[in-house]
Amino acid sequence: MTATAPTAGSSGTDVRLTAISKRYGSFTAVHPLDLAIPAGSFFALLGASGCGKTTTLRMIAGLEDPTTGSVELAGKDVTALPPHKRPVNTVFQSYALFPHLDIYENVAFGLRRRGIKSVKKQVGDMLDLVQLGDFARRKPHQLSGGQQQRVAVARALINHPQVLLLDEPLGALDLKLRRQMQLELKRIQTEVGITFVHVTHDQEEAMTMADTVAVMNGGRVEQLGAPADLYETPRTTFVANFLGTSNLITADVLGTSGDDILLRACDTKLTLPATRCTTTARTGEKLLIGIRPEKITLTHADDAGTIPDGRNRITGRIADSSFIGVSTQYVIDSPVGPGLSVYEQNIERDSRLAPGAEVVLHWNPGHSFGLDAAQSVEAGTDAGEGT
Amino acid sequence: MTTTATTSADTGTEAPAVTAAARRKKLVPYWLLLPGILWLVVFFAAPLVYQASTSVQTGSLEEGFKVTWHFATYADALTEYYPQFLRSVAYSATATVLCLALGYPLAYLIAFKAGRWRNLLMVLVIAPFFTSFLIRTLAWKTILSDGGPVVSALGSLHILDVTNALGVTEGHRVLATPLAVVCGLTYNFLPFMILPLYTSLERIDPRLHEAAGDLYATPLTTFRKVTFPLSMPGVVAGTLLTFIPATGDYINAELLGSTDQKMIGNVIQSQFLRVLDYPTAAALSFILMAAILAMVTLYIRKSGTEDLV
Repeated sequence: MTATAPTAGSSGTDVRLTAISKRYGSFTAVHPLDLAIPAGSFFALLGASGCGKTTTLRMIAGLEDPTTGSVELAGKDVTALPPHKRPVNTVFQSYALFPHLDIYENVAFGLRRRGIKSVKKQVGDMLDLVQLGDFARRKPHQLSGGQQQRVAVARALINHPQVLLLDEPLGALDLKLRRQMQLELKRIQTEVGITFVHVTHDQEEAMTMADTVAVMNGGRVEQLGAPADLYETPRTTFVANFLGTSNLITADVLGTSGDDILLRACDTKLTLPATRCTTTARTGEKLLIGIRPEKITLTHADDAGTIPDGRNRITGRIADSSFIGVSTQYVIDSPVGPGLSVYEQNIERDSRLAPGAEVVLHWNPGHSFGLDAAQSVEAGTDAGEGT
Repeated sequence: MTTTATTSADTGTEAPAVTAAARRKKLVPYWLLLPGILWLVVFFAAPLVYQASTSVQTGSLEEGFKVTWHFATYADALTEYYPQFLRSVAYSATATVLCLALGYPLAYLIAFKAGRWRNLLMVLVIAPFFTSFLIRTLAWKTILSDGGPVVSALGSLHILDVTNALGVTEGHRVLATPLAVVCGLTYNFLPFMILPLYTSLERIDPRLHEAAGDLYATPLTTFRKVTFPLSMPGVVAGTLLTFIPATGDYINAELLGSTDQKMIGNVIQSQFLRVLDYPTAAALSFILMAAILAMVTLYIRKSGTEDLV
């Protein structure tokens, strides 16, 4: 690190974690972890509960001492500093608003602690930013969950922290309000340009809001990248299952042909572009081929001849179908694996596609991805919430 | 009431039945209150009225007492025993402050730092209640006895010189001095301070401490601006639970003090049981009650805790 001036611009690294880890007795909450969060970004730590994401956040805030490693904020080592000396602020999971102070004093708390006397204008502006200007003299318990959440954000943001840490800030809100607040938080982040580090177990929330998502599992970062990259090219079965739904098919590697890897799963030949495979495919060994449900097209077995060449195809029988409005979700039993899931948009519905029908599933090989077959196919399936 | 599909002919007969049931339902809370109210009437309201009438009677034990609306008893009682009134308030206020000073750090420790020792420590706080109030106070008499280890230690550490200078002890003894009485009061009422303090501290979300630290408050500022204000209901409850009974207490002054440390409780007790001047004793009781009510009302108004609960 060169002497980076603490500019709040869009360049440079705001948070740098070096070999940071946390152990409680014999339990390792966070394995040694390196992470660099660029300034001005909206960064999400995503994972199921107990994966170490909150501990990581709390180590950045100084609420938890790391067992090993260091925390750097804007190029300055803050590992040994107590929370009140770090240029970060936190939005707590249950907001932790001071119940004895009104909204105005809650928001002014940080400014007053730093000895700033004239807080009126700043507090007013901040309350306007979160659209709570009329609630200044209310007590926290007189506000709804969504309003309390906005107060918590205002109380943290008013201090212009180097980094704003958000610990499951939307967890206590109902679904509709959560969606609304996601957009709201994104708007605020864009407006103030401060680095946000957001901890969540909701993969949809992470993907909606963050520029960069780090998927954590068992105290380790499984994969880090832009939401679309993580979704389209997961590198582990955990990421493939935790972010959305994936069909993972075990296949034998037959060899290569040009840029493609040739595979066989239960007498069905499949191809996978070598660039879509994140592991080395050796002939004679196994590989997992993954395909998202919405990338698969269903065709009734009678029309199999109409399927264009160059697509992977497997046969199966519809076990179940459920109509959910924008799409119909099918569960299909196939020789390559039971319970494959397929989402079809409801554009031209083929009435023959009912449970019991013989079908062909086909997809563009470029839409699938290859994974190391040594991993558990089930990893991350129970951990995610919903689809 | 949900089955409203009745014909107009039926409604005439059914409506009263429904309202009767509803009325019975409305009465349930009053029935539930009844035992408590009866208890209060028999053991609180009735004695209070009886006491009030006693306080305005004149007469003697031999000739019997009669209600003569003799309010002068109040004025006489007050002029004669105002030193004991003032002493009671002073002793009990001092004991309350000492209880707060001793109890707050302890309650804080138990609530936030004790971890798995929390329950054990709470049991230890309550443990003195397993012995009677009287026996515990008598034990203090032994502890503070003249020439005993405590007094000699205080003497050789020159602490007695300091307390002598302050006028709370005299010469080489602790027993039969204001210090002994205040110590006894403090000891006996300490759990009444600790319990409400602990309850209100324990209710404080530890994340509020983290939030305050996160918002640049030092640990001391966190205590001043967050913890202490939030524990105010406990402080108010604790001081009231200590101050009110301590003001009327007579056991501590009786066992640990001399005639110079008599509190108003001792006067009332001796008027009732020894002098047998019931009107004066009753009047003193009413004055004490009124004085405590007035002080407590003022205190609650000033501390403004209704905002916190």
